[in-house]
Amino acid sequence: MTETLTLDKPRSPRRPAARRSNFELYSWLFMRLSGLALVVLVLGHLFIMNIVDGGVHRIDFAFVAGRWSSPFWQFWDLLMLWLAQLHGGNGLRTIIDDYARKDTTRFWLKIMLYASMVVILVLGTLVIFTFDPTIA
Amino acid sequence: MTSTAAVLDNTANTASEIPAPDGSVTVTVKIQRFNPEVDSEPHWESYDVPALPTDRVLNLLINIKGYVDGTLSFRRSCAHGICGSDAMQINGMNRLACKVLVKDLLAKKGKPTTITVAPIKGLPVMKDLYVDMEPFFEAFRAVKPFLISYGNEPSRERIQSPADRERFDDTTKCILCACCTTSCPVYWADGSYFGPAAIVNAHRFIFDSRDEGAEERLDILNDTEGVWRCRTTFNCTDACPRGIQVTKAIQEVKRALLFKRV
Ligand code: HEM
Ligand code: SF4
Ligand code: SF4
Ligand code: FES
Repeated sequence: MTETLTLDKPRSPRRPAARRSNFELYSWLFMRLSGLALVVLVLGHLFIMNIVDGGVHRIDFAFVAGRWSSPFWQFWDLLMLWLAQLHGGNGLRTIIDDYARKDTTRFWLKIMLYASMVVILVLGTLVIFTFDPTIA
Repeated sequence: MTSTAAVLDNTANTASEIPAPDGSVTVTVKIQRFNPEVDSEPHWESYDVPALPTDRVLNLLINIKGYVDGTLSFRRSCAHGICGSDAMQINGMNRLACKVLVKDLLAKKGKPTTITVAPIKGLPVMKDLYVDMEPFFEAFRAVKPFLISYGNEPSRERIQSPADRERFDDTTKCILCACCTTSCPVYWADGSYFGPAAIVNAHRFIFDSRDEGAEERLDILNDTEGVWRCRTTFNCTDACPRGIQVTKAIQEVKRALLFKRV
């Protein structure tokens, strides 16, 4: 065989032994369950914010302060924040696994993803719990 | 380009060399060609050839190879949809060239017909329509596609009820043609995904009442590159020339893992 005939085999994977971990199973299940919860949480959120009496035009500082004075809406927003962030983050993890060709690319993309998830989760949670309605 | 390519471009000439029986029409066969000895990347080459509506696409390829360009490379063996050698992308869909009839591809009356033929995607192209199947078979072997049993050999045959047999009947029909795996968008993006064909062949044994290796295979398919990579897009089911309900089989494996019950 000549040199030119030896094509590289980008798709000959080295298969490691099965890890006997249920992580992918649980993450698959989580996507479906959190998706179901998000249908209610996100659509409800959009409905309240954009459609019900006056929609976006009535949203101001006082409106947000009013809503967050109720533990119910605090809990709603907190749940939506965490579920959407973990759901979207896990979805992006899947997409990175799909498209990253090199292990190093995959590693750094995931570090960036996880870091951004932590920042948003911490910041969002902090705001929901420490929001000060008297600041204005 | 080489001198052969110059001859090939003159397609009007070449068609006349292929016998044109009564009732045949001229169709253009557009083939993705790649010769690793001269080409740096694949290119398209068109051939105007006579075709009977009852011809299979494989007949056209054999005629082109026999009368026009002997260097055209593709696999085929049985020519009857049994061996699984001639999977290729025909008009954008993964099909066996020996099972696709020209009459199903003809354009509306009076309009010229073009049939595009490309290698299946996601496996390295070696030459023209012929790909390296090794990564595909590696995934197949990795799921242990053979009967596993422990303890003493039985002294009689292993009896099975029709109902027990029915559970995996569909997946016994696989001919390992790779139409499914190379139509899977997850496999295109991530070549280490086991792919539908390997899962189909694992299903064949996981749900066989005589087999005792279900747990080993389920462990393998529960891992990062296993069934959870599947996004349920049904490309594989559409592609399977044996009509196997591929996505359903994958779903049954997922269910067995979820509920820890085969
Ligand atoms: C409205 C309710 C929602 C439902 C019912 C839902 C459902 C799902 C399901 C079932 C999957 C898994 C698909 C698969 O594995 O084949 C998924 C994937 C995904 N979701 Fe959601 N989701 C919802 C909202 C969201 C939101 C708000 C975001 C963004 C924050 C999001 C981002 C993603 C991403 C990035 C993926 C991965 C896509 C992929 O696998 O290619 N989803 N979603
Ligand atoms: S159903 Fe799953 S295995 Fe089949 S083509 Fe879609 S992603 Fe691939
Ligand atoms: S499941 Fe169907 S498409 Fe896939 S390899 Fe087997 S016969 Fe071919
Ligand atoms: S040549 Fe055997 S399946 Fe087509």
